[in-house]
Amino acid sequence: MMKYSGRKYVKEELLPFFWCPGCGNGIIFAAMTRAMEENNLEKKDIVAVTGIGCWGKADDYLATHAFHGTHGRAIAVATGIKLANHLLHVFVLVGDGDGATIGGNHLIHAARRNIDIIAIMSNNLNYGMTGGQYSGTTPFNSITSTSRKGHIEDAFDISSLVKSAGAGYVARCTIENPQMIQRFISKAIKKGKGFRFIEVISICPTYYGRYNKFSNTVEMIKDIKARTINIKDIDRENIQELEGKIVVGEYVDKKVDGLVHRYQEKSKDDI
Amino acid sequence: MICNKKGRYFLQGNIAAGEAALISGARFFAGYPITPSSEIAEHASQHLPIAGGTFIQMEDEIGSLAAVIGASMTGVKAYTATSGPGLSLMSENIGLACMVEAPCVIISVQRAGPSTGLATKPAQGDFYQFRYGTHGDHMIIALSPASVQECFDLTIKAFNFAERFRCPVFLALDAIIAKMYETVNIPGLDELEIFNRKKASSSHKNYLPYKPEENGVPLFVPFGSTLITRANSSGHGIDGYPCADDDNHDKLVRRLVDKIDRYKEEISLFNEFNTSDAEILIISYGCSTRPALSAMKRAREKGIKAGVLQLQTLWPFPETIVKSSVSKVKLILVPELSLGQFRSEIIKYCPDKPIISINKLGGVTIQPGDILAFLSKETE
Repeated sequence: MMKYSGRKYVKEELLPFFWCPGCGNGIIFAAMTRAMEENNLEKKDIVAVTGIGCWGKADDYLATHAFHGTHGRAIAVATGIKLANHLLHVFVLVGDGDGATIGGNHLIHAARRNIDIIAIMSNNLNYGMTGGQYSGTTPFNSITSTSRKGHIEDAFDISSLVKSAGAGYVARCTIENPQMIQRFISKAIKKGKGFRFIEVISICPTYYGRYNKFSNTVEMIKDIKARTINIKDIDRENIQELEGKIVVGEYVDKKVDGLVHRYQEKSKDDI
Repeated sequence: MICNKKGRYFLQGNIAAGEAALISGARFFAGYPITPSSEIAEHASQHLPIAGGTFIQMEDEIGSLAAVIGASMTGVKAYTATSGPGLSLMSENIGLACMVEAPCVIISVQRAGPSTGLATKPAQGDFYQFRYGTHGDHMIIALSPASVQECFDLTIKAFNFAERFRCPVFLALDAIIAKMYETVNIPGLDELEIFNRKKASSSHKNYLPYKPEENGVPLFVPFGSTLITRANSSGHGIDGYPCADDDNHDKLVRRLVDKIDRYKEEISLFNEFNTSDAEILIISYGCSTRPALSAMKRAREKGIKAGVLQLQTLWPFPETIVKSSVSKVKLILVPELSLGQFRSEIIKYCPDKPIISINKLGGVTIQPGDILAFLSKETE
């Protein structure tokens, strides 16, 4: 899978990324552009839609069409883009703050109505851009800049939430396994229809890592690796205890009509 | 479309606005149900699919305007409809539309606030919300109809301004005009001036999404074109990539204001009634216009020289016509369904003139008698 570079989608003169050393976003970005190339997508047919946050800066390095909008609203903007031009490949790049917290309502409704877009969520468990505050996916007891004694709330299991809301394709992976990220994004592209959601568990060494006593990036990635378990292995090995585990794999991959198709079917007698 | 050929139609204000949107070429609507604007969404849901367009009911007003802006950037004329509480939620993305320069029309039907207020009753309390609802320096266009005919005419104008200046434009309705039924003259398509945004040709060399033309407005390229384009809510250079330089931001924001401001005389729409010899001038907009005209007529019958200036454009505020109209009068009356928002703006341009504010709340209408009382008293 590494035979693809994804370079034609990258605005190379704007590199290096502004992200902190050790940030997982570069890994997701590379996997995404490789998946685009693997599927022979043309730059003119791609619109990258972002909101606000570290991962929301990803469009700054893309040579495709892009819409960098307001915090939490990327999925709603993307819904309008896709409904107005069905031919476009619309990629929504959101973080856990943008997509699962302030924009959570748009996320579940996009999943419910199966709008035909791909959302790639970089979940680094906190708000990196604003200084490491807790988000909707920050685990219980984690230290953040707004939970110095440990977070008192529980986190969303965001992939399970999007699955429950009705999305046609939901997969979770981590930055520890870039090939898996590329594979899931590529599959989402090939699937073509419905709301396709890829959650990538990422790291924020600058804030989340520092507050939670990880000494470096490598230690954080090793921690992810140690806690990762594949969804296929849970039944096979009869694993009961999932506390603290990162369950990766395809949460759902079902046939859906997609909103565009439904709209066209319902309207065709009108025209 | 109901008004598919030239003629006279009996329409509700909301529907006249919806019909004008379709005739303007609008093919995308995203909205959220809210009284007293819901007929516009219902109309769009029935008639847009027939016209080959798209309707979607979003999860809230934030998402509605976001979807409208996204659709607009694909090159489609797009609109939404709401009322004050929904407009409050849209505030965030009104700024987005200004910043990314997405042409769109927001029909907002004023009802009694604040907050939920009186959902079915009229008001004019959103006058400043239209202008300053979103944060940061910006310029906005807002047009306000006083009849069902004007709902149609000004919606056409709203789309034209949105396309010409690449900005959000309000149709600032109120619950009285929106819910009223009247006969409307629908002109033939060939009699209407319909403006479409200026696009860059596909052979355009070195296209830059935010490089302004001489009029201050950049050439448009829709998503999906071979020319690559970007929309950016963050401070951006003419290439659409982020730029936080102080000079660049200064230039960008000044341009966003100036591209509208410098054409404000053209944007200023108004009607004058008996203003040439008027000694008392009633300044109105929207639902306060009819009672103003009625009061004027009765006053004239009594020999009182009253006139009416009806502003159709609320923003940019038509200061030139206001200044010239008030110059010769002895007294100004400003009837409005708010505690003097409209008057506050007028007074900026005639600080030395006697001005009486006739304010009503409670979701009731202004009666001609409310105005006539002041007309008679002042001339006694």
